Amino acid sequence: MDQNTDILQELRLKFGELTFTPQVTLDNVPTIWAPQEKVCDVLRFLKNEIPSPYRMLYDMTAIDERLRIHKAGHPNSDFTIVYHLLSFERNADIRIKTPLTGENPSLGSIVDIWQSANWYEREIWDLFGIRFEGHPHLRRILMPPTWEGHPLRKEHPARATELGPFELPEDKAEFLENALQFHPEEWGMKLGAEDTDFMFLNLGPQHPGTHGLLRIILALDGEEIADSALDIGYHHRGAEKMGERQSWHTFIPYTDRIDYLGGVMNNFAYVQAVEALAGINAPEKAQMIRIMMAEFFRIASHLVWYGTFAQDLGAMSPVFYMFNDRERVFDIVSAITGGRMHPAWFRIGGVSQDLPKGWDTLVKEFIDYFPARLAEYDKLVMQNRIFKARTQGVGAYSLDEAIDWGVTGPGLRACGLDWDFRKKRPYSGYDQIEFDVPTAQKGDSYDRAVVRVEELRQSLRIIEQCVKNMPAGPYKSDHPLTTPPRKERTMKDIETLITHFLSVSWGPVIPPGEACFRIEATKGANSYYLISDGNTMAYRVRIRTPSFAHLQMIPSITKGLTIADLIAILGSVDYVLADVDR
Amino acid sequence: MNEPEQSIILLYLILVGVLLTAAGLIWLERRLLGLWQDRYGPNRAGRFGSLQVAADMIKIFTKEDWIPPFADKPVFVIAPAIIVITTLLSFAVIPFAPEIEIVNLNIGLLFFLAMSSLSVYSVALAGWASNNKYSLLGGLRAAAQMLGYEVFMGLSLAGVIMLAGSFNLREIVEAQRNVWFFIPQFPGFVIFVIAGLAETRRIPFDLPEAENELIAGFHTEYSGMKFGMFFVGEYMGVTLISALIATLFFGGWMGPLLPPLCWMIIKTFIFICGFILVRASLPRLRYDQLLSFGWKLMLPLALLNVVVTGAIILAAS
Repeated sequence: MDQNTDILQELRLKFGELTFTPQVTLDNVPTIWAPQEKVCDVLRFLKNEIPSPYRMLYDMTAIDERLRIHKAGHPNSDFTIVYHLLSFERNADIRIKTPLTGENPSLGSIVDIWQSANWYEREIWDLFGIRFEGHPHLRRILMPPTWEGHPLRKEHPARATELGPFELPEDKAEFLENALQFHPEEWGMKLGAEDTDFMFLNLGPQHPGTHGLLRIILALDGEEIADSALDIGYHHRGAEKMGERQSWHTFIPYTDRIDYLGGVMNNFAYVQAVEALAGINAPEKAQMIRIMMAEFFRIASHLVWYGTFAQDLGAMSPVFYMFNDRERVFDIVSAITGGRMHPAWFRIGGVSQDLPKGWDTLVKEFIDYFPARLAEYDKLVMQNRIFKARTQGVGAYSLDEAIDWGVTGPGLRACGLDWDFRKKRPYSGYDQIEFDVPTAQKGDSYDRAVVRVEELRQSLRIIEQCVKNMPAGPYKSDHPLTTPPRKERTMKDIETLITHFLSVSWGPVIPPGEACFRIEATKGANSYYLISDGNTMAYRVRIRTPSFAHLQMIPSITKGLTIADLIAILGSVDYVLADVDR
Repeated sequence: MNEPEQSIILLYLILVGVLLTAAGLIWLERRLLGLWQDRYGPNRAGRFGSLQVAADMIKIFTKEDWIPPFADKPVFVIAPAIIVITTLLSFAVIPFAPEIEIVNLNIGLLFFLAMSSLSVYSVALAGWASNNKYSLLGGLRAAAQMLGYEVFMGLSLAGVIMLAGSFNLREIVEAQRNVWFFIPQFPGFVIFVIAGLAETRRIPFDLPEAENELIAGFHTEYSGMKFGMFFVGEYMGVTLISALIATLFFGGWMGPLLPPLCWMIIKTFIFICGFILVRASLPRLRYDQLLSFGWKLMLPLALLNVVVTGAIILAAS
């Protein structure tokens, strides 16, 4: 809480005593309410003027407060905009909230402060119907342009059964089809340069090079990209809305599918956020198991990236080798969890089961096997001269640009900043493990690859230490909110049986509060910002995914390059569309 | 048998042989890639998947042969035929054995170069006639690529021609009686192989197709047998270039013990496998990189090769 008061003092010094209302949250992020008229100035001050500034707009979202019960001490608000900033110099976050009143409120855009706010503001407009004055292109981003209503508002139905039967007569299909027509002028794109007309190429949503449902519209001069626009949302499944309708426990499998290559890595952020709300400390063994499984999924995810990146550049063999190795990872994952890509294995308060007998032999075999393969891949891919020619100097961005666009993970470390949440904010016992944070300097496609390849080795090192130091003890906390609760005494006395029954049938009731948990996921910083209103379900689930921010900057780094370069850059950024659209 | 009858029979035999080889390569390539990529490849139809080709052929012949309504119909239909015709015509000048050759042309090598230049029209026209933006980009890339490799392809063979003193492929083979040309003409050999890869539009030079970038490039809109012609045309191209490498640099049909035709076939297949291995191992270049590679590196090297070869021949005489 010291940090909280410090930054509050700094702000009060600048903007006056009465401007700000602090709020206590369970994640120790200083949370400060600022009035709507001043919020842009506050943000500008925090980014540009304050010593050791908050240079990254880490996340931006909104909350529909109208049905919230537990909001004593908050300013009067129907909708709240939440700005989550990150300062690398201070190694600190700050959350600025601004209250809005009325059914269809609006406030000033901050696109002129952070370019990355562009998509976040569009998302808020799309999902909450809050307008941003001065936004260059405020249109829907995740929902189809023809959608009626704003899904994350509390009055919007969450289930298909509440919407009436779905029909698609021919005229409606045609109308929906026409709504997808691209009009360059609407996106502020030019139709040509002085002496040429651009050719507009619709790349995607189905295209072998986009790794999923992503639509890119290119304005081409020959094969040179003069301008481009990204159209996302084809993979949107309303995960945040589902979070408001699923119990705290039954939402876990949904998280697996956010970054669908990350598996339990998604559980990791979610259950830790719930644990912060519930005040559970997972036992040591559970923590170590979680680290180990998360690192296995980092390896699996990076292997997919490695293979498909080489594939994007035309090398057809590496992807088979790497998928075979990924299969070995999945063999271990399935031996331990029973699942493969989406085991949904972490639980509130621990993990689902204890490690099976003989797990360490399997893991050790992999530790012995994998380094030689990595060395071979270095020769096959990283040292290949065509590969280098295609990636070095392609899609480079500077550290400042990266921070301004909200880039995290390997993409940020490739610019020379050794920012890794596992080191800077150790969670789940990462501080007891030795590993390096690989960095590179140039921030181009090749350097991003270098960082990820080295991360594969570091993950292996972490797993090795997990095997060596796996503690004994319970794999689940005996906190009453642990779900499902430990069963040893369930059949012996009626009190624990009742608790067990309630916890399994209704799910745990998490005490009211707000907490956000950040982890270093496979692709960058992933966080779950959960608001509990003292119910069996979350009041609001905000999922901050790295891919969303990474994708947004692609048009800015592809200008003037060719289609071939675009595909190389898409591969090097390593996004998952499910992670973008949620 | 008299002369014309014999050559007509020979013509049919070679035609069938080449077509069968090209079709068989579909299976060979998939099996070899499977082997090198830690997977099986086709292994269901027939023993070791050997009937895969038959299955593919049945499929490709019975598929709807669709012509998009927005395409330029006549050109769209002619384009795939061009590649098959030009490649097959090139086989006419290849001496498979001392007696097995369709036509003994004095300008055999020039004929091959002419045909290979014409085959680019197939791809460029297919890209144009499809009236699809991806196809158009593929066609453009094919045309640009042709400008990149065609020049040094011809020049890389100049050394061979100088050493043999002839454009006639049979005489070139005969001239290798003492030493195969890949020894004195090693740079020319390397340059020709690279140009051959570009000619057949295979990785690392498969820019007109570039599936990760252009979906299927110039043949995105093609289906059924028209697509099949591009497909088989590519394999015929591979066979042709391999046969030429064997003829120009590795003594053609010459070799101990086995009959001449066997040697020619063995050598050709070794290079075909080499082509498949290259495809399994390398990524793809960007097309400006291919152009600068061709004009700034390969062309000067080919020229240097000509100069050095000429100087040595002069000095020796």
